[in-house]
Amino acid sequence: MGKPNDLVQGTLDLLILKTLLPQAMHGWAIAKRIQQLSGEVLQVQQGSLYPALHRLEQQGWVTAEWAESETGRQAKFYSLTAAGRGQLEAETAHWNRLSAAIDLIVSEA
Amino acid sequence: MRWTAKLAMRMRMLFQRRKAAERLDDELSFHLEHQIAENLAAGMSAEESRFAALRSFGNPALLREETRATWSWNWLEAAVREVRYGFRTLGRTPGFAALAILVMALGIGANVALFTVVRSVLLNPLPFPAPNQLIALYSKADTGKGGSVAAADFYDWQNESHSFEQMAIWRWTGYNMAGARSELPEFLQAVTCSWNLFPTLGVEPTLGRSFTSADDTDAANPTVILSWSFFKRRFNADPSILGKTIRLNAQPYTVVGVLPQNFTYPDPKIQLWVPYHKGISSVILHSHYSHTSHVIARLRPGVSLSRATQEVSAIQHGIFARLNGAGPVTPSVVSLQLVDDVVGDAKAPLYILMAAVLCLLLIACLNLSNLLVARAVARRREMAMRSALGGSRMRLIGQQMTESVLICLAGGVLGIVLAGAAVQWLSTYWLALPRANAIHIDAPVLAFAVGVAFLAGILSGLLPAFLFTGAKVYAVMQDSARTLGASATRASLRKGLLIVELALTVVLLVGAGLLFKSFLQLGSVDLGCATRNVLTMRCFLRGDSYAKPEQIVAFQTQLLEKVRHLPGVAAAGLTNVVPGDGLYGDTTFSIPEHPPQPPEKRDSAIFRTADPGYFQAMQIPLVEGRFFLSSERLDNSSFVIVSQKLAKEFFPNEDPLGKHIAVSWRSPSPENFQIVGVVGDTRYQLNEPVRSTMWFPILSGIPGLAADTALVVRSETGPEALGIPIQKTIAGIDQDLPVSDVLTMQQVIGKSTANSSFEASLLGAFATLSLLLAAVGLFGVLSYIVAQRTGEIGIRIALGAQREQVLGTVLLDGLRPALFGLALGLAGSVAVVRLIRSMLFQTQPLDPAVFAGVAVTLLLVSAAACLIPAWRASRLDPMRALRTE
Repeated sequence: MGKPNDLVQGTLDLLILKTLLPQAMHGWAIAKRIQQLSGEVLQVQQGSLYPALHRLEQQGWVTAEWAESETGRQAKFYSLTAAGRGQLEAETAHWNRLSAAIDLIVSEA
Repeated sequence: MRWTAKLAMRMRMLFQRRKAAERLDDELSFHLEHQIAENLAAGMSAEESRFAALRSFGNPALLREETRATWSWNWLEAAVREVRYGFRTLGRTPGFAALAILVMALGIGANVALFTVVRSVLLNPLPFPAPNQLIALYSKADTGKGGSVAAADFYDWQNESHSFEQMAIWRWTGYNMAGARSELPEFLQAVTCSWNLFPTLGVEPTLGRSFTSADDTDAANPTVILSWSFFKRRFNADPSILGKTIRLNAQPYTVVGVLPQNFTYPDPKIQLWVPYHKGISSVILHSHYSHTSHVIARLRPGVSLSRATQEVSAIQHGIFARLNGAGPVTPSVVSLQLVDDVVGDAKAPLYILMAAVLCLLLIACLNLSNLLVARAVARRREMAMRSALGGSRMRLIGQQMTESVLICLAGGVLGIVLAGAAVQWLSTYWLALPRANAIHIDAPVLAFAVGVAFLAGILSGLLPAFLFTGAKVYAVMQDSARTLGASATRASLRKGLLIVELALTVVLLVGAGLLFKSFLQLGSVDLGCATRNVLTMRCFLRGDSYAKPEQIVAFQTQLLEKVRHLPGVAAAGLTNVVPGDGLYGDTTFSIPEHPPQPPEKRDSAIFRTADPGYFQAMQIPLVEGRFFLSSERLDNSSFVIVSQKLAKEFFPNEDPLGKHIAVSWRSPSPENFQIVGVVGDTRYQLNEPVRSTMWFPILSGIPGLAADTALVVRSETGPEALGIPIQKTIAGIDQDLPVSDVLTMQQVIGKSTANSSFEASLLGAFATLSLLLAAVGLFGVLSYIVAQRTGEIGIRIALGAQREQVLGTVLLDGLRPALFGLALGLAGSVAVVRLIRSMLFQTQPLDPAVFAGVAVTLLLVSAAACLIPAWRASRLDPMRALRTE
């Protein structure tokens, strides 16, 4: 169970963007999805999720829309924009470079 | 396309903020509900699942804030919030807010008003095309100041110089215009100018045409161009006047043009413009020795002022070398920018007044700062609470500054209104202000006002903001009400501010005192003649009916005869210019009995005319010899009376009576006039030293020279009442003759002192205002100190201190900053007063009487301000004092 501090702001953005790639989701679904896909290792706290989502929206990587959710209530659905897709690729490449580099050092045991 | 999305986002965030906030709440509660549902599904009870969800949610307020922190326009939201809060806190203490706003309005308003004047008069260029190329040329007189130019010099310069696109010459003059229908005849101020004056300035008449070179010749028909104000006043702005003739000095002049409304060079009083050859006698037109006119020129592009001046100077040197033996030729030339020529003497007073209002603003800021410090001290606990609840120091400082900036902006708005009124008043009543018609409040002035208001707000708020939001703010939480005297340091800060305020006030008071003394000195100057109960008026005898000496003398004799028989008239006389009314002209002369002087040394004396009864009418004493006789007139008028100064200067060891003075004022070559009397000195202008004067018989009847008539009438029963009867008498002799400048001698003197009195009053007003502010500040500080020390004073009284002792201690406590302020201010004044030396008349900048007077005034006012709080302190009831917490 990773503590929220382990997830640097950049990586949280990456995870959110990746999660939104297939379809639009609301905040709760995004959190659950990340938890699910990481095999219950990563639990995103609300305290970091919503500021991140709003920041991504302000910057234009995602766009939001209010629609009816599966429970019948109105919810705010986030979806990826074209610019966001580009940002996702950039972030992924960056992450790969970073983790490869860290890998190199750490496996030099 | 991202930027369009981003822009849309930013717009939404700006205008739909509240909706976004509600949506955020919805979003978060949606998440919470799902969390609760999940917990329920996991098997917790309803209450447990709710608590667990809320716990994992964390602090909702913090979450909301952190999310909102990512939104754009946060800074604007924060600023709006601060301003709203500032309004609320100020609204809670409306008395303080009103006082503070008023104080700042006075300070900012005065600054805006004076800045408007300085900008319009000194800084703005003249309203002509390419105004930097316009210059004025003057003859360089011996005194180093610029003197008028001789016409023949001008024409030589025009022919021989290459540095100018155009050069023009002009001279003040005046014309009698007979009344039409029921209007009175008028004497009109006019300028006679070369035909190219308007093209040189770059001005086109709005109606009709400008002069052509054909108009400016001896043989041309007389033409005239009207000023707009005269056109409107006398002809109701009816364009049909163009092409018609008007009679000036009984001669017909054809109206060819009307000037634009905003053209007021050189003075708004000018009503007519006449070509130079038509307005100047032929003798003067071709003379290198009569210095009568002003020259302006437009530089060629690329030619510098110094180079052009040198060229003209060289030409003048040539003329000097050629002709100096025959008459007074000026050796060289000085030039200045036309705008400096127009503005001239107004520079020093304006800058000094600007400095004074800046002092006033500084005092107002210090006062405001003082008031804010007092408020901040009262709100220490509140600040400490805010700080403890998480307010950063920057935010607390911002809050304090917001208050002071709000006060200053409100004061600024009020100040702009006050400034508008002040500017109107100044341009109407400050008679010596040049370019007064060009003074308006426009956009840069408003920007200045807003800037000053902001600066004042930040300056005033700085001290309380920084001092009361520091790390030590928590100390006050531990401050028990029982500990007394912990506020000593706060009071010393306010006292420090007060000392600076008082010092500035002293500087202003000293300046005002010096100007006032200067004005008094000016007013007490002895003119050398009677100044009480004397009425004067002028008429200019021109035209066909006064072309012959006999006609002029006939009028003057008739006038004197009739006026002397009017009831209430003690004595009457005629001259050309009354004492104190200006120079008007001097003449070179030589003394035949003395050895001939070298040509460079030209003796000159002021030229005056008088009738036999003039000196007695004006009570100018006869030192030696006699006055003119009635028989000494027309052809038998080769007599002269000299002033005592002339006698001392030119006949130091001998009796001047019987000797002669050779002057060429009525013939091209010098004529001998016999000295028949010596009279006491009179001044031609209040603030100028006495000069040698010579008096010729006005009854010599020389057209033009003896035709300028100033009538003086002395009456023991009040001369003002004689104005109408005398004018009627004049109209009875010649109904078309205008009479002008009907003034008592006191009013003539008043013209000279008007400027001095105005400047002294203005500075005095500022000084009084700042004294008031400083007194109020002193009162406030001392009241505060007494309030803080109530407990301590109560104990002292309870332990047996006498009331008088308490009064004395508190009074001394209040007077100490006054004394320091006085000392600092006097020291500052010593440094600063040399700057106003140019505005002082017969007053030393370090005048001990003024300094002493200011010191006494300040101490008295300070004592008065301190008296009430000290009195209250001594009257404290010790029981009540000890119970207050």
